[in-house]
Amino acid sequence: MKKYKCNVCGYVYDPENGDPSQNIPPGTPFENLPGTWTCPVCGASKDDFSPED
Amino acid sequence: MKAIKVKEDFYWVGAIDWNVRNFHGYSTFRGTTYNAYLLVDEKIVLFDTVKHGFEEELLSRVKSVIEPEKIDYLVINHIEPDHAGGFVKIVEVIKPEKIFLTKNARLGILAHFHKENYPFEEVKTGTTVKVGKRTLTFIETPMIHWPDSMITYIPEERILVSQDAFGAHYASSGRFDDEVDLCELIQETRKYYANIIYPYSPQVNKLLKTVKEMNLQIEMICPDHGVIWRKNPEKVLSLYERWSSYVCDPRVLIIYDTMWKSTEKLAYAIMDGVLEEGVEVKLCKLSVTDWTELMADVLESRGLILGSPTLNNGLLPTVSGFLTYMKGFRPRGKVGAAFGSYGWSGESVKILNQYLQEIQAEIVHEGLKVKYVPDEKVLLEGRELGKAAAKKVKELCSG
Repeated sequence: MKKYKCNVCGYVYDPENGDPSQNIPPGTPFENLPGTWTCPVCGASKDDFSPED
Repeated sequence: MKAIKVKEDFYWVGAIDWNVRNFHGYSTFRGTTYNAYLLVDEKIVLFDTVKHGFEEELLSRVKSVIEPEKIDYLVINHIEPDHAGGFVKIVEVIKPEKIFLTKNARLGILAHFHKENYPFEEVKTGTTVKVGKRTLTFIETPMIHWPDSMITYIPEERILVSQDAFGAHYASSGRFDDEVDLCELIQETRKYYANIIYPYSPQVNKLLKTVKEMNLQIEMICPDHGVIWRKNPEKVLSLYERWSSYVCDPRVLIIYDTMWKSTEKLAYAIMDGVLEEGVEVKLCKLSVTDWTELMADVLESRGLILGSPTLNNGLLPTVSGFLTYMKGFRPRGKVGAAFGSYGWSGESVKILNQYLQEIQAEIVHEGLKVKYVPDEKVLLEGRELGKAAAKKVKELCSG
């Protein structure tokens, strides 16, 4: 599963970890995150993320 | 106005804003400073600029050391207008050969000033620039506290130029921690952390680990506001360690407002309950409490008990306003409960509990609602709520 990086603050979403702060269980691919999910660090929207090289 | 020598060839050349009392809503009762630093080596380096309106103060301090046109490099650690507001004016005077900044800072500076032709040079964590006897080492610190932020370390001098991190809104004639009242300085440093840095505590925690791993020797911390930590930089590092780890004191804050004193009666009953358990308490009525000061108490208090009557099916605006402000700082590790009076619909306690859930507080009581005016039985229940919160606070703080 691909990691995605926030273009605003550099936070990396790692699907292996999910995002416990927003009740996203480990193993959730980035594509399956809800549209309301935001960067847990800076609050940027899902559109502000790019796949990590 | 003169530069203040910090170390050999390294000067403070910032500005003191003695009379600012409202800094974008932050109550700056002790004023502030916009710090900039000058390093005179084979290359001459200026670290950050100042708020617009204070450029002449910076330039006159620089002139007491060298002619400003001789500055070769400008380092922009942070682009917020209190540091970069004077950016264009300063660049036009000093005409630097290079401007070092992060990628996000370049994008941010362009979005502020639209000066594509300036000699920007992007740097990353680990980028080093030799300026003569000394080296600039850059460390990106995204979201401490803006996306553009970085800090600069000068290993030969063991100086950390830390932009807003470790700073305080604190105007003083003394430029160093050993020249001011330490108690006042810590108060203002705490208030600054609580109102600026707090939401990014996980990033601060990570940065402190990075600093340890890189084995940076830090003799002095030079922030962009307040004084230079010369005598006791470990003090501010340990405070940041504490705050970024959400360590709290065993204290309960009762944060509330009231219309006809029913909610206030509950607040006093809850306070009695907390005191019965021998736990420190503070009563904070929002109609007469400064938000910025209160956040400093929120930072270090384990217990948050929130109270509001129901007004037009919602909270009192003084309460919803403060809670919106507080929520944005993402406090963690709190013990919470809610209370409030109502006349007919009574939504306030439910809404207060939602705020507590949003900050992931451990809620110790389902919430205490009272129609119109509390009687003895309800006040007794208020004391029980206070006792339950105090017990949980003691338990968490002793562990």
